[in-house]
Amino acid sequence: MGEGMSSAAGTWWVRFREERQSQFREWQRSAYAVFRNPLSLVGLAIVGAFLVVAALGPGLVTYPEDAAGATHLDRKLTAPSAAHWFGTDEVGRDIFSRVILGTRLTLRISLIVVGVAILIGVPLGIMAGYAGGWPGELIMRITDVFLAVPGLILAIAIVASLGPGITNAMIALSLVWWPGYVRLVQGKAMAIRQESFIEAARCVGSSRWRIAFGEVLPNCASPIRVKASMDMGLAVLGAAGLGFIGIGAQPPAPEWGAMISAGRNYLPDRWWYATFPGAAIFLTVLGWNLLGDGLRDVLDPRSRL
Amino acid sequence: MKAFLIRRFGLLVITLFGLTLVVFAVSHVAPGDPARLAAGPDANQEQIELVRKEFGLDRPLPVQYLTYLGDLLRGDFGRSIRTRHEVGQDIRDFLPATLELVFFAMLLAVVLGITFGILAAVYRDTWGDHVLRLISIGGVAVPMFWLALMLQLLFALWLNLVPSGGRIALTMSPPTRLTGFFLVDSLLSWNWPAFRSALAHLLLPALVLSAPSLAAVTRMMRADMLDTISREFVVNARACGLPERLIVAKYVLKNALIPTLTLIGLRYGWMLGGTVLVETVFDWPGIGQYAVQSSVSSDFLPVMAVTLVIGLNFALANLLVDMLYGVLDPRVRQT
Repeated sequence: MGEGMSSAAGTWWVRFREERQSQFREWQRSAYAVFRNPLSLVGLAIVGAFLVVAALGPGLVTYPEDAAGATHLDRKLTAPSAAHWFGTDEVGRDIFSRVILGTRLTLRISLIVVGVAILIGVPLGIMAGYAGGWPGELIMRITDVFLAVPGLILAIAIVASLGPGITNAMIALSLVWWPGYVRLVQGKAMAIRQESFIEAARCVGSSRWRIAFGEVLPNCASPIRVKASMDMGLAVLGAAGLGFIGIGAQPPAPEWGAMISAGRNYLPDRWWYATFPGAAIFLTVLGWNLLGDGLRDVLDPRSRL
Repeated sequence: MKAFLIRRFGLLVITLFGLTLVVFAVSHVAPGDPARLAAGPDANQEQIELVRKEFGLDRPLPVQYLTYLGDLLRGDFGRSIRTRHEVGQDIRDFLPATLELVFFAMLLAVVLGITFGILAAVYRDTWGDHVLRLISIGGVAVPMFWLALMLQLLFALWLNLVPSGGRIALTMSPPTRLTGFFLVDSLLSWNWPAFRSALAHLLLPALVLSAPSLAAVTRMMRADMLDTISREFVVNARACGLPERLIVAKYVLKNALIPTLTLIGLRYGWMLGGTVLVETVFDWPGIGQYAVQSSVSSDFLPVMAVTLVIGLNFALANLLVDMLYGVLDPRVRQT
């Protein structure tokens, strides 16, 4: 009985492998390519560490209460030491704890911004590229309008009218981020439209929706994934930029850009305050960029610089 | 080429019109009440209504938009709720400082980026190439305002090599205003001390603003050079016995410049956006700092104006890039 089951499971596994042989080989090739390139490995390691730190968060630090409004005026603005690796800020909060706990906030912001941008931009891009016609033209003209100003400026304009704050900053960044995906997907979808497998799908009677989302979308997936990885880093920069000029996350939230903005007032003597949160941003963005570069080599080699 | 440029110009006008609509919509669907903000925290309902009337905020939205558009066409951007200054005049005062910063940063990014890119491609896989690649990977990831603070800390506050902020020494009066660019104005009026001071103040902000673009241009230029160097016409030129220097300078460079030119056009817009951060750190009196100060107090007319001015600037730069294609590539000229 037991033997029968294991052999049944065995044949299932063999069949599964045979059916998906090409996919397995593709995964193997991708893994090989990522592991062969030291820079994308570094990127993978940084992003992995960032995710672990964001997940464990409060468990990793000595002073989890410092992420909120705790104050310890007896130890304000002390230099880095064994007790406070990155020193303390103007109300005595441990900067190391705040930087570590800031990862979760940063991850949430960049996930939401990039996620919303993909949800808005990708369907619009497929519509514009695959359906074409006057709706496509209209979508592209609207996209052009949003791409006509640098994203940061438009985001500032939006926050200026919505009012400062982390939620409004996220809304603003999402609103300026989607046009990039429309551009990317539209170009890709237009190229795919001419392919014979699309014609084949049309011949067997697939509906337009089915072709658009069942055939065109999966074939745009690689560049979308590469762009999403790059954009995770850029969204971190954008959110930190808004935090820095004072219209993003508000104190006492442990947002890296806002921390640098506060630490700036204590330069040059209390250099640690502004330095460490900035280093955290740099490392995170570098990780996402390197990972994106590596993914591009694997998934979308033709679009390399 | 002419038809193409006319079409591009038409699109530019449509896009800018669309931008006014977006910016207007953004500032009028917001929950905050601008009249209440302008009247101040202690104002009573009556005073708020007075302010609302004064700024025309009581009229229907389409009317407000058409009025705004009509004013824009006359170069009138309205008045700041915060300072009650004419926004158009403020922009005229602050824009030259920003453009001087961006032009200088662009010059650094283009000249250094293209040079580094060529060197990295010609001496590929040497240690110099690897160092340049590492720097350019890092350059794209570094938060610009943080880099600004760190360099300010190092070069201005600790080493005292350059001033830490502003456009010109406080003890010095700015050169007579002709173009609004301090470097140009001080040269035109033969004012050497002012020129030296303006240049010293400009160096650090421009370097920071150019850093990510410099990195991007270097990477792009290197890749395009390598791509072009392996083409058949280069092999042919070598076979004909042309000196390597001539091949690189005359044939490879011109072909490799075309994609880089597109990047430079895009980077110009990106730099205009970056001024917001760099000007804030270096206390540079340009439209970026103006936009930041206005946005913090929800004063949206200046922010709208800065957005539109930057949009117009960016659009014109892209038009210029399109024209330059024709200069570099004869195939574009013919179509």
